[in-house]
Amino acid sequence: MIRFTSLQFRIQAAVTVGVLVLIAIVVVITGPNLVHLYDTTVANCQAHGDCSYARNAFTQSDSFLQSALGALLLVLPALVGIFWGAPLIAREFEAGTFRLVWTQGVTRSRWLAAKLGIVSLASMVVAGMVSLMVSSWFSPIDKVTKLQFTYFDERGIVAIGYALFAFAFGVAAGLLVRRTVPAMFVTLVAFIGARLAITYWVRPNLMAPVKAAMPLHIVFGTSIEQTASTGLSFFEPVNIPNAWIYSNEVVNSSGHVPTAQFLHRACHSLLAVPPSGAVQGVPKPNPNAHAAFAECFANVAAKYHQVVIYQPASRYWAFQWYETAIFFGLALTVAGFCFWWLRRRLV
Amino acid sequence: MTAVLETDGLGKQYGRKWALHHCTLAIPEGKVVGLVGPNGAGKSTLLNLAVGLLAPTLGTIKVLGGRPTDGPSQLGRIGFVAQDTPTYEGMSVAKHFRMGAWLNPRWDSELAERRIRQLGLDPRQKTGSLSGGQRAQVALVLALAKSPEILILDEPVASLDPLARREFLQMLMEVVAEHGVSVVLSSHLIADLDRVCDYLVVLVGSHVQLSGDVSALLASHCHLSGPRRDRSTLPASQEVIEESHTDKQSVYMVRTNAPILDPAWTVKPVTLEDLVLSYMRQAREADPHRRPGLGVLR
Repeated sequence: MIRFTSLQFRIQAAVTVGVLVLIAIVVVITGPNLVHLYDTTVANCQAHGDCSYARNAFTQSDSFLQSALGALLLVLPALVGIFWGAPLIAREFEAGTFRLVWTQGVTRSRWLAAKLGIVSLASMVVAGMVSLMVSSWFSPIDKVTKLQFTYFDERGIVAIGYALFAFAFGVAAGLLVRRTVPAMFVTLVAFIGARLAITYWVRPNLMAPVKAAMPLHIVFGTSIEQTASTGLSFFEPVNIPNAWIYSNEVVNSSGHVPTAQFLHRACHSLLAVPPSGAVQGVPKPNPNAHAAFAECFANVAAKYHQVVIYQPASRYWAFQWYETAIFFGLALTVAGFCFWWLRRRLV
Repeated sequence: MTAVLETDGLGKQYGRKWALHHCTLAIPEGKVVGLVGPNGAGKSTLLNLAVGLLAPTLGTIKVLGGRPTDGPSQLGRIGFVAQDTPTYEGMSVAKHFRMGAWLNPRWDSELAERRIRQLGLDPRQKTGSLSGGQRAQVALVLALAKSPEILILDEPVASLDPLARREFLQMLMEVVAEHGVSVVLSSHLIADLDRVCDYLVVLVGSHVQLSGDVSALLASHCHLSGPRRDRSTLPASQEVIEESHTDKQSVYMVRTNAPILDPAWTVKPVTLEDLVLSYMRQAREADPHRRPGLGVLR
């Protein structure tokens, strides 16, 4: 049965190998350029002083490939479910060939086991290889952006779990619906639904986040902002590289954010400074602004501190493994259902 | 004599409708069985139950003494050609044979290759590009090369043109002569069965209406024609299957094992087609739901 399944699967496998080779060619050609660019701009920018310009420019290089490769990894599991999973059994129903193959000297359970085994293995290998290629291609960029949780589902091992689940669900949909195109549609909808549900409801609750209180520092981005609702608000950016920030607040000892009245009092000299003008497009900072801002900041920092709730960067791989395991579990459940259905409902 | 196909109170329900009901049958070994009946009579249902593609709602079915899905070896003993002879369209004939060899414990590749040579087919040809007749023949070869003990064919010739139909049945007959395999073949075309069958099962409205050896059935039925007589005047040993009357004349089809002694009757033998049609009509008349349709019949 394994040989026959391989024979049936060979065209899809050949097409996929072709696509993988194409991706590999793109990655192998453009990847080293990116590494070289990193080495020549970002790695030695410290020598020339401010790095922010170099870093910013570097993260924007190859922007088309960045979106394409990122999207590829998001879409790939769905494609596996739609083009490998859904037709696997539905096509046998549609063409009537189930009546041919189920009356050969092989039980239906072994038939299903072989089909599920071979193609799910292929699904995982393909997802793993693409994810490996994409992750390694992105690694110099990820070193700069330090947003590993933002690109959580476009890197690492989770795509393997997604692909396995999409495939298993596609097979089950084909088994129940018995028609290829509706089964493909059901698979797509269910896959998107499952991914959204896990991403927004399950993933944030997998581990209790860390809560950190820290004093305020003037960093790039510390600011007083005019807002429509509160009048004035104080903003302090978080600088925890690669962490997953749930919330970030500037509060006093009783947990309240600075009121507009407080900020008016604390920062009256800053607010009195006229806005910096510009001469022919070149900003002309007001010489008093720096001192006024420092005074304002000192007043705020005396009473307020920053509270950040986040998942530390070190938990990244634990999250990857958990989410992969969840999708593996879902896939196994769906596969088990397929066997049950085949035995119970169709003899 | 052991039964190759044995059913007891077999029933299959789809939703509220019974596709097959109270079906009790025992088909002896070594026969070529014709399963006839109008469309929707349950022929396909019975055969699909026999090969385990369907599970019974009620009753039991045994093929070669076991349940159809008793495992790979049992599946290997049953050769099946499904309705419309499905094959993998994108796969060549040779690859279908490779599938057969991989999936069946008693695959006879010599037979498969020989038969395909005889048919003049190119094994490298994809089955999707074959004509309906050729595809049916390939499906038959696939079923035969399993070295089955029973060959079950579900309307194999229904979609074939007359020439292809004849060729298919010709090949089937050769195989039966060569291997002595039991065959169950369904069709709604009695003419096809007349040529090949020696055992008949008539299925009408999800019930078995008649079953038995063709020669015995033909010998035990006859047409009687003569002056008009009421059916109550016929001897008890003559079971009336069908009757028709004009002002002066009566024509009966009766089932009897006793000789017809009444000199008033002209006795004529029945053909298989007469026999089947009479039983089908009888079944329809007995079924009150079908009565309105009666006027359409001859």
